[in-house]
Amino acid sequence: MKLRRAKEFLITQFKIIMGNRFGFVGASIIVFFCVVGLLAPIIAPHQPWDTLRDSNGKLAIMRPPSMEFLLGTTALGRDLLTQMLYATRTTVLIGLVSGLISMVIGANIGLLSGYYGGKMDEILMRFTDIIYGMPFLPFLIVLIALFGRSLWFVIIAICCIVWRTSARVIRAQTLAIKQRQFIMAAKARGCTNFRIIYGHIMPNILPLLLLYTAFNIAWSVLAEAGASFLGFGDPDNLSWGGMLYNLWISGKIRTAWWWFAPPAICIVLLVSALVFVSRAYEEVANPRLKQR
Amino acid sequence: MAILEVEDLKQYFYINPGLLAKMVSGKKPSVIKAVDGLTFSLEPGEIMGVAGESGCGKSTACLAISKLREPTDGTIRFRGKNISEMSKKETMEYRSKVQLIFQDPFESLNPRFNVFDTVVEPLRALDIGNREERRERVINTLSIVGLKPHAYLDRYPHQMSGGERQRVGIASALVLEPELVIADEPVSMLDVSIRAGILDLIRDLSERMNFTCIWVSHDLSILSNVSEKLMIMYLGRTMELAPTREVITDPLHPYAKALISAVAIPDPAYKRPIPDIRGEVSQPIDPPPGCRFQTRCKKVMNICEREDPPLIEAKPGHFVSCHLYKPGMEATN
Amino acid sequence: MLMKIENLKTHYRITDGIVKAVDGVSISIKEDEVFGLAGESGCGKSTLIRTIMRLVPDTAKVNADQLQYRGEDLLPLSDKEYRDRILWKEISLVPQSAMNSLNPVYRVGNQLAEAIQTHEPLNKAETRERTHQLFKGVGLQPELTRNYPHEFSGGMRQRAMIAMSLALDPGLIIMDEPTTGLDVLVQERILRELRAIREKSKASIFLITHDISVIAEMSDRIGIMYAGRIMEQADSMELFNDTYHPYTLGLKNAFPSIQALDRELISIPGSPPNLSKDIPGCVFAFRCPFAIRECSYERPPDLEIKPNHFVHCIRTDKVDEFRERAGEKKTWQSSK
Repeated sequence: MKLRRAKEFLITQFKIIMGNRFGFVGASIIVFFCVVGLLAPIIAPHQPWDTLRDSNGKLAIMRPPSMEFLLGTTALGRDLLTQMLYATRTTVLIGLVSGLISMVIGANIGLLSGYYGGKMDEILMRFTDIIYGMPFLPFLIVLIALFGRSLWFVIIAICCIVWRTSARVIRAQTLAIKQRQFIMAAKARGCTNFRIIYGHIMPNILPLLLLYTAFNIAWSVLAEAGASFLGFGDPDNLSWGGMLYNLWISGKIRTAWWWFAPPAICIVLLVSALVFVSRAYEEVANPRLKQR
Repeated sequence: MAILEVEDLKQYFYINPGLLAKMVSGKKPSVIKAVDGLTFSLEPGEIMGVAGESGCGKSTACLAISKLREPTDGTIRFRGKNISEMSKKETMEYRSKVQLIFQDPFESLNPRFNVFDTVVEPLRALDIGNREERRERVINTLSIVGLKPHAYLDRYPHQMSGGERQRVGIASALVLEPELVIADEPVSMLDVSIRAGILDLIRDLSERMNFTCIWVSHDLSILSNVSEKLMIMYLGRTMELAPTREVITDPLHPYAKALISAVAIPDPAYKRPIPDIRGEVSQPIDPPPGCRFQTRCKKVMNICEREDPPLIEAKPGHFVSCHLYKPGMEATN
Repeated sequence: MLMKIENLKTHYRITDGIVKAVDGVSISIKEDEVFGLAGESGCGKSTLIRTIMRLVPDTAKVNADQLQYRGEDLLPLSDKEYRDRILWKEISLVPQSAMNSLNPVYRVGNQLAEAIQTHEPLNKAETRERTHQLFKGVGLQPELTRNYPHEFSGGMRQRAMIAMSLALDPGLIIMDEPTTGLDVLVQERILRELRAIREKSKASIFLITHDISVIAEMSDRIGIMYAGRIMEQADSMELFNDTYHPYTLGLKNAFPSIQALDRELISIPGSPPNLSKDIPGCVFAFRCPFAIRECSYERPPDLEIKPNHFVHCIRTDKVDEFRERAGEKKTWQSSK
């Protein structure tokens, strides 16, 4: 029974996303990046950190795109195509993980805060306000200073910050739904609070949840790109932002357009794609006129 | 033994004035006395109508009786047991015995649940039965309310008409086989031509499934048709309580008289008399001492402004809360 | 004749077809008359009102043999002409849930004044005078014009809306469910005020509601609407005492009355038809316990069975039998 429900759910989501022009484009781009990230080790022609020589034996430093090196090479002779493939993996992974975790945090805080109200609402919302005041980068810097650089710190830092907007919005929606008569009916029929929150209210805010999941992933990607670009990323796990950081510190940013373009364009593409997918949900999430 | 005894039920809401008002004029919190001393009892199998205008507290009383809200004061006893003293487990049991039917067929169903989900939910929530038993009960209940199960199980609210949705709501209340059903304006949002069907349904089922029913409505025409006993409320108190026919044909309380004379009749030859009442309906905020109806009663006396009239038995089985009457005797009007 | 509507049709274009919300409605309203239109949800009464008031969206196609007000054909008028000359000055509207139509941030008197000044160039003093008069006319004290909507009760707000509809002394006031949602005593008060207003202003009222008792009390003439068509139309007494159409008979039986405590209430099984599907013949046939095959062949004519009494049915010859059988519950239960 539950399996059938899950299948129905996925099919509905598929229809929603694919039915919308934006959604379709966005989803295609996202799927593309995911596939690339998955297959990176298999399709990459070289290793990301290998200094390479060209067919003539010379060090392949600062080469623009050519038949040998499809995306060109870095100042240290590394293949950009390989780097891009591996960086895609990192960026997509961080984006997805951070985005999903922060959505879970934000949604639960919003639901609990909106449903229970009173003291719990006050405490949770004050907490959210405090987090709103917290700047992302300095927090990340503190973590790094204390514990060193790591992929996980970036994820943790992002998760700690990105959930705040979702919490507010979910709370507002929960408040609206809580007043409706079918919630009172559920209570009268014997449902516990837990059951009402997760069984009755949540299905009704699902479009909004999914919309904000897409947003959260988008913000995570941006946050990660920004942090890595400023040098706070994980040096062992290259991401698109990290590539731009390497470009920056090499001093060649003005000349090596082939090094700049791919990561920059891909960041824009991925974030836009996520926003497009969320557009598809907006049509569903906005209060529709009740059909009588 | 009476199945439900409500004694002096009170539901007050306090409004705190703003900080400024408190500081400047020393204003004390206002109190809305939504329900203010409601007393009645129900025998098993009865259908009691509760009539009154908006603001009389009837819906608030329903919430207190169904344990969806804690009353400010007073006792509610179900089969002799005080419901405020129930443990969590006993409360869950209470829920399976006392159910509500809601007014708005469009709002009382979860738009994301199909009919099966909606009707089986109470069984799931209270952990009753296993999967097969639940399915059987849902199918039975749907048949009982007049919906062919196989046609309706998979439908969603937006695929059904108002009457069908209301039947689903009724089914989800009755699937637990409750002993007391509180129906809060169950037909007022339905079309006239299908109301009769729902009225008949609830009335028949109350006999068949043996449950007691409290039917709340502002429409006396409907109540006159479906209820055996009728209680008229005003600003949170019982004004009159008697067998329906008696209240309609021989109302004692001035408010009941005005209300009943004001009911419109679907007959073009009928001329509605001007009701014997003055003023506009008042709010239950900070009411003055004495009878709730004093500001509108044309027969108001000095005592009405001082003392709350108790609910007395003016005629056998006919209770009224008015200083014009003494127990056992009719007043000299 | 104040307003003459003949064969009015309002069809909406939707993605998979045409919704015939109003499908051949003919109504005549005299001067100084209350015409009550009874109809349940989905019968098309909202669309009918919107068509007369020119509030239908562009996807609607409106045509009629006649839509005349005081002899003038309204259909060829441009929107601007209609707004300048007819709207609110000749025909005004008290919409459904009008009490919720008031803007909460403006005083009620100001909203009334605005309605007046949009159409008539009165100065401040004159407007104030008129506003006070209008309030008195609906039984509200003139001082109350300074209040905000939330300070009024539901009944008072409704009366304020009625005052607004009277602002320019129109010839026809359309009232959509004026007392629905209001308590009995408030309803009685409002209807009483309405009758008093009619004594003075001589405006006609087009009263639309599903409440049969209100229709019975207020109307001089009644029309019964179902699925976009008028099933029966006659003077008030005539319609109640000499009912012809099965739907009207059904409605009468479905409506409770405290004067008829022993009468069994009978509901009409089924629900109104889907107006986007083409329905051959009579729209009520599939719910009608007296329908025969022929009822679904062709659209019934609007038969003038008696002077000024129109019935949309081909089986009027059997009316005596119908009247008897309609009072029995089993007649209606087998029709589904």
